[in-house]
Amino acid sequence: MHDKTLSELAGAMANGEFSSRELTDHLLARIERLDGDLNSLITVTSDQARTAADAADAARSRGETGPLTGLPLAIKDLFCTEGVRTTAGSRMLGDFVAPYDATVVAKLKASGTVSLGKANMDEFAMGSSNENSHFGAVKNPWDQNAVPGGSSGGSAAAVAAGLVPAAMGTDTGGSIRQPAAFCGITGLKPTYGRVSRYGIIAYASSLDQAGPMARTAEDCALLLNAIAGHDPRDSTSVSRGVPNYTEELAAPLAGLKIGLPREYFGDGLDPAVEAATRDAIKVFESLGASVREVSLPHTHYAIPAYYVIAPAEASSNLSRYDGVRFGHRCEAPSDLIDLYKRSRAEGFGEEVKRRILIGTHTLSEGFFDAYYTKAQQVRRLIRQDFLDAFEEVDVLMGPTSPTPAFDLGANKDPVSMYLQDIYTIAVNLAGIPGISVPAGFVSGRPVGLQILGTHFAEARLLNVAHQFQQATDWHQRRPAIAEETR
Amino acid sequence: MQWETVIGLEVHVQLATRSKIFSGASTAFGAEPNTQACAVDLGMPGVLPVLNESAVAMAVQFGLAIHADIPEVSVFDRKNYFYPDLPKGYQTSQMYHPIVGAGEVEITLEDGDTKRIRVHHAHLEEDAGKSLHESFSDGMGHAMTGIDLNRAGTPLLEIVSEPDMRSAKEAAAYLKAIHSIVTYLGISDGNMAEGSMRCDVNVSVRPRGQERLGTRAEIKNVNSFRFVERAIAFEVERQIELLEDGAEVVQETRLFDPERDETRSMRTKEEANDYRYFPCPDLLPVVLDDAYVDHLRDNLPELPADKRARFEHELGLSTYDASVLSASRDMAEYFEQVKAVCGDAKQAANWVQGELSGALNREGLSIANSPVSAKQLGELISRVIDDTINGKAAKQVFQALWNGEGDSADAVIETKGLKQVTDSGAIEAMIDQVIAESPGQVAQYRDAEPDKRGKMIGYFVGQVMKASRGTANPQQVNALLKEKLDALC
Repeated sequence: MHDKTLSELAGAMANGEFSSRELTDHLLARIERLDGDLNSLITVTSDQARTAADAADAARSRGETGPLTGLPLAIKDLFCTEGVRTTAGSRMLGDFVAPYDATVVAKLKASGTVSLGKANMDEFAMGSSNENSHFGAVKNPWDQNAVPGGSSGGSAAAVAAGLVPAAMGTDTGGSIRQPAAFCGITGLKPTYGRVSRYGIIAYASSLDQAGPMARTAEDCALLLNAIAGHDPRDSTSVSRGVPNYTEELAAPLAGLKIGLPREYFGDGLDPAVEAATRDAIKVFESLGASVREVSLPHTHYAIPAYYVIAPAEASSNLSRYDGVRFGHRCEAPSDLIDLYKRSRAEGFGEEVKRRILIGTHTLSEGFFDAYYTKAQQVRRLIRQDFLDAFEEVDVLMGPTSPTPAFDLGANKDPVSMYLQDIYTIAVNLAGIPGISVPAGFVSGRPVGLQILGTHFAEARLLNVAHQFQQATDWHQRRPAIAEETR
Repeated sequence: MQWETVIGLEVHVQLATRSKIFSGASTAFGAEPNTQACAVDLGMPGVLPVLNESAVAMAVQFGLAIHADIPEVSVFDRKNYFYPDLPKGYQTSQMYHPIVGAGEVEITLEDGDTKRIRVHHAHLEEDAGKSLHESFSDGMGHAMTGIDLNRAGTPLLEIVSEPDMRSAKEAAAYLKAIHSIVTYLGISDGNMAEGSMRCDVNVSVRPRGQERLGTRAEIKNVNSFRFVERAIAFEVERQIELLEDGAEVVQETRLFDPERDETRSMRTKEEANDYRYFPCPDLLPVVLDDAYVDHLRDNLPELPADKRARFEHELGLSTYDASVLSASRDMAEYFEQVKAVCGDAKQAANWVQGELSGALNREGLSIANSPVSAKQLGELISRVIDDTINGKAAKQVFQALWNGEGDSADAVIETKGLKQVTDSGAIEAMIDQVIAESPGQVAQYRDAEPDKRGKMIGYFVGQVMKASRGTANPQQVNALLKEKLDALC
C-alpha cells in the first residue's frame, strides 16, 4: 500500500481493498521501523492519526466521502496544529504546543485527511539541506549519505521513503521544489496569496507560501483543491475563485509554448543535470510543444535581493521569541536584558542567528535605503522579467537545482549553500507558481525539472506536469527503502 | 532676554472600535488582566493581523474634520523594539505613509481670539499592553512585573501637530479642541483618566525674534489638560534657566511626574532606539477610493467650529456663550434640546450655563449624568416664558426637579402651588393688607421726594411677594403698588 499515490489509495479504499485505519497502521509501523534512521518526522501523532482514520472509515461507511477522505499525510512542523507540539525545527519552540490550527491544517482535517505527524525541517524554514534542524539532519531515502534538501526536507523524505503518500511543505525560496527534486517527488509552490499563511510560523512573510508535496502532479492537484482559497484571517490571501485543479490535467499539450531561460543553463549547472533537463524538454516537444530560449536578465540579482528581504522580514518576525510568553526561556535570568539575550542565544541555531543579524543590520538607520529599498527595486525588476517572458511563452522550464542532492556536511560555507537556490529563489520574489517534477537521475540521485507559470497558472502547471508524468516513469521510481513489501 | 516658547503635541487618541485594530478581541476597558487578548494579540507563532475597517473609517472622519488631505494610499510599517508588553517585538504603525495628511485645528483662547494650529499628519497604530510593576512578587521577596495584554492591539490615532503653539494655555486649548473634535465625531470616548487620550509634548524655547528652533525635549505621558499646562510650565522654566546659565538644552525624552510637578530625564538622543521601520508584509496598503471618503464626508456630524458659528450667527448668542455651549458634544446636544423645547435660545443658554452648570459643578457631575433632563429644563423655561411662574419660583422648580421631587415642571408647579398669581383683584387685596400693616413705611414714602420713592417701593414689593409665597407676578405687583401708594400721597 505504501507505494501508491493518493488517487490510487482513494480508489482502493473506495473498492474496500483496505480501510483508512489499516493503511494508517501500516504506515505508522513503517515509520516506527524506518524513521529512526531517516529522521523525517519530528513528532509522530499515532493516537490522533488512528482516531482520524477511524472517523474517516465511519464517514465512508455512512457514504460521506470526499476525494481525500481517510488519506494519510505528514505536515511540515511549521504549520500550527492544535494540541500538538509545533517546533519549527527549533529548540526555541521545542516544547511549544500550538493552541490553534493553521488554516491549511483545518482545511485538511475538514476534508478528512489523516495526519501521521509533523515533518522535520530546517529551523524556521531557513536552509537548503535540512541540516539546520535542532532535531537533527534528515537523510535522503535514495542515498543516506545525501541531504534531502530543505527546508521541507522531512516532508520530501517521508514521501520518497513511502512513510506517507503526501506531505505539506512551505516554500520561501525553493523549500518545496528543491527537496522535491532531491528526493524524486513532485512539489508545487502556488502563487503567493493562493493558499492562506494563517498559522504557518512566519519566516519571510512576503515570500512564504504553503504547497503540496506528493508522488504525482495529480496528487498535488487533489491537495491544492483542498487548501487553496481566500482566508479572511490572511489579508495577503487573494479573493479569487479557485478552479478545480484536477479538471484540466488531461488537456493535451499540443501548441504549448515553452521558454528556456538562458540564465538557467549557464555556469554552475552540473552538465549531467543539464543533460537530464534537456532530455525532459525533448519529451514535451514530442508531445507537441514548441521550445524557445528566453531571457530573465536580472536573474543574478535574485540571491542578493532575497538575502536582504528575507532576513529583514525574519529579523522582525522572530522578535516575538523573547522568552516572555512562550518558547524557550533561559534558566534564572538576572534581569530583562539577560532574559532576552540568553533565551534567544540558547533557543536559536546558528543559521537563524545569522539571518537575524543580517536582517537587523540591513534595516538599521543609515543602511535601509542601500539594502532594503534597493532590494525591493530589484524585486520589481525580477518580477517584470517573468511577466515579460510570459508574454512570449506559456511556461518556463529548467533545472530545479544546479546539482542533484549533495552529501551531508558538504556545504559548510553559508554562501555556497545560498547559491543552491539560484533557480528557485527568483520565483518567490516574483510571487509566481512553480512545480518540480522528477526528471531523471545523476549517480543514483534524483534530478528535478522545474516548470514555472504566471500568477495563478497552477492549473496549467499541473496539467503540464501531469502530461509529462503520463509520458515518463521517473515519478514511479522508488528508492530501495520504499520497495520493501512491509 | 525675552524668551519664546515653542510647543508641538503628539496626541494619542484611543478609537472607540468594538474590537481591536488587527484582531477580533474586545477593547472594553477594565476587564480582568489578559482576558481580552486573543492569539493575535499575544503574538502567537503563525498568527496574522487583519485590519479593522472601522478604525480606518474613524481615522478618515478625523482627517475630514480637520480639513486634512486624505491620501489615496496609506501603509502600515513595523516599529521594531523589544519590550515585555509588546508581544510581537514590533508595533504596527504608519511611519512613511500615514492615513491622514496635513490639516489644521482652530483653537479658541480665553480672550475669545482664535488661532489655527497646523496638524502635520495623523496615523493609525496599535497600542501595547501594560506592565504592572506594583504588587507582584515571586513569594521569595523578589519584586516581579506583571504583564496585562488586554490593551495590546487597541487602535490608536496619533495626531502630530506642527510646533505652532506658543504657550501652555495654547497647548491646553489645542488638546481641548482635539478632545472636542473626537468626541463630536464619536470616534473616541475622550476619557483621559482611562487613558483614551494621551499626550506627548515637545517643548523648546528660543530668544524672541530668532527663527531657528531651540533644542527640544519630549515629555512623555502627560495625561490631563491640567498636567499639560503644568508640565510645560515646569519645562519652560527649566530650559530658560539652563540657557540663562550658559548651559545647553539636551535633546532627550523626559517623563512628567504629576506628584512632584516636575519632568525627569528618561533617555537622551544617544540612547534612543533604532526602530528599524519597514513596511509590514502581512498587511496590504490601505487604498481609499473617492466614493468611500465622500460617503464619510457626507455623513460627518456638525463639528464644534461650525456649531459655534451657528450658535452665534443663527441663534444670536454671544461669542463666549456660543463657544462654551459648543465645547463638548454632550453640552451642545443638551443645549439644543432645551432650546427646541422652550423655543428661546438665549433663555436656554442662560439656564444651561447658569443654574444647571452651577449645580453640576457643585456635585461634580457631567452633563450627560444631569438629574434634570433637557426636556424637563426646556419645559421649565417655557413656563417662565408663558408667565405661568416667575423667575424666583422657577429656581424652586429647578431645585425640586434636581432633587427628583417631580417628573416635570408642571407637576412641581402644581404640587408646590407655585403658579404665578396674575389676578389683579387678589394682588390688590395683598397690597392693601401690606399697606395697612406698614403705616410707618407708608408715612416715610409719602414724606420722601418723588424721585426717591422709586427705591423705597422695593420694601413693599418684597412684602407682597412674601405674602404671595413668591407667586405674585412681580411686574403687576410693582405697577399696582405704585398706583396705590401714589394715591395716598
